[in-house]
Amino acid sequence: MAEQPTSTPLAPGPGTGPVDAISVRDVTRVYRRPRTSLRHASPPVHALRGVSFAIPQGQRFGIVGESGCGKSTLLRILAGLDRPTGGSVAIDGRDITGLRERQLKFVRERLQLVFQDPMSSLDPRMRVGDIVAEPLAAQRQGNRRERVAELLEAVGLRADAADRYPHQFSGGQRQRISIARALAPRPKIIVADEPVSALDVSVRAQVLNLIADLVDELSLTLVFVSHDLSVVRHVCDRVAVMHAGQIVETGSTEQVYEDPQHSYTRRLIAAVPTLGKALSGVSAADLNRE
Amino acid sequence: MSAAATETAVASAGPAGRRRRRPVTGSLLVGGLIVAIVIGMALLSFVWTPHDPTLVNPAVRLQEPSAEYWFGTDKFGRDVFSQVLMGSRTTLFVGFVAVGVAALVGVPLGIVAGMAPRWCGELLMRGNDLLLAFPALLLAIMFAAVYGAGTLVAMVAIGIASIPHFARLIRGGTLQVMETEYVIAARAAGRGPFAIAVRHVLPNVSSLVIVQASVGFAIAVLAEAALSFLGFGTPPPTPSWGRMLQESQELLSIAPRLAVFPGVAIALAVLGFNLLGDGLRDRFDPKLEDRR
Repeated sequence: MAEQPTSTPLAPGPGTGPVDAISVRDVTRVYRRPRTSLRHASPPVHALRGVSFAIPQGQRFGIVGESGCGKSTLLRILAGLDRPTGGSVAIDGRDITGLRERQLKFVRERLQLVFQDPMSSLDPRMRVGDIVAEPLAAQRQGNRRERVAELLEAVGLRADAADRYPHQFSGGQRQRISIARALAPRPKIIVADEPVSALDVSVRAQVLNLIADLVDELSLTLVFVSHDLSVVRHVCDRVAVMHAGQIVETGSTEQVYEDPQHSYTRRLIAAVPTLGKALSGVSAADLNRE
Repeated sequence: MSAAATETAVASAGPAGRRRRRPVTGSLLVGGLIVAIVIGMALLSFVWTPHDPTLVNPAVRLQEPSAEYWFGTDKFGRDVFSQVLMGSRTTLFVGFVAVGVAALVGVPLGIVAGMAPRWCGELLMRGNDLLLAFPALLLAIMFAAVYGAGTLVAMVAIGIASIPHFARLIRGGTLQVMETEYVIAARAAGRGPFAIAVRHVLPNVSSLVIVQASVGFAIAVLAEAALSFLGFGTPPPTPSWGRMLQESQELLSIAPRLAVFPGVAIALAVLGFNLLGDGLRDRFDPKLEDRR
């Protein structure tokens, strides 16, 4: 974190091995708040304070932290939907910080999002087929009908779902639609923002397994954000623990779980068996067995 | 993917008719009925009126209502019922043009103000507030003074004065829609601002537009009546409820019914459009819709 942002290109030169799918260097994001007093300006909010990490191609990377720790801000910056106030982000070795929307085209093709709330992540006025085809239409790809049918099948929905509206589906099915939309432009990176936390427990495992299977099958890089450690443990190889806009600990999932180094991580893990089991009734072990 | 997962997904796809239809409320029903009657009157006047509403016949001046003249006659011997029928045309025409102008300018303005960078949206809205503070009738009278009194001039003026109402409402709706995850997903998919405005924002604020249009209609009807009453609206001989009121005032002590018929017509039409607007709002409220 003490590392100074350098002007050297983030992409390693030829021969230094595969390029990281995502590399984040010392990213900060400060929000200015509207003034509430005439005499002094409101103090700014530091959503991210010097976050750095790298995700190699094909890794499943989890980000854990309580709500308000900056997870969502970080995701928006990764997806090129928000700009960091400091630091830099590279997708597949290409720096995206400060790029214009038109120059971000390669990010739009390579990186797709899955959201938390299956109610608000699908436009209620659009048919499912149009929703899933939207990235294809945006990127002017042909054969949309066939691709949509193929995608709906891949996420376990019937092809006739394309002609229906989102409100005709349950939460889990909507999340499947969301996943189908994310996969439509054949991305290499999927960023999932709490994709199962709004779902019923019974559906949660199915959707998690679906994500895990698809990521394997299509050899995608997954960034998986959650406040629920058992979920992250089920899906991810590596995990970063975020607290108050900083990453306090990074490591392989097992390592972080078995031997947490930071006090916040220990508190987080200590909360899991009681809260997690009591609320969800599903433990990581149960999920694995299915 | 496990077969079990697929199975449950398909099985629970059953409740296709889960669209939560809320019951038709009283105001929607009554408002719709009154509006239907006004539209029916206007349509009827194209094919049939008991008498020529503009025919001056001094022989039958100021007659009481009778089988021949249902609402009686005015001081020129013109049939009041026929005039009321014809007047509904003017009323609807006014409403459509005024609301049309207001919506055509106000809705895009609101969407642009909602999607533009913060400072730009604020700037547009402050300009909007300026227009909002300007009385509609004063604007219409100014227009009439510059372009001459006429139905179209009055309607356009009323429409312009209604733009800020639309713009403000639609901007609020747009800001809400822009925060939703489906818009963020569309941006992440590479959709440009224009496509997002047309494909996501407009369909999702359309219920607001419908509600505001029906309330704006009521305001326009009232404003046209007021303008005609003041002599800045529909010029004679085209029948207009507002001008009928104005013509009746000198005879108010002798034949008060001449004021009653157009007055009741205006009040009913305004009530009808307001009720319809309320009813539609209840039905379409985006805060209630698609939420459990």
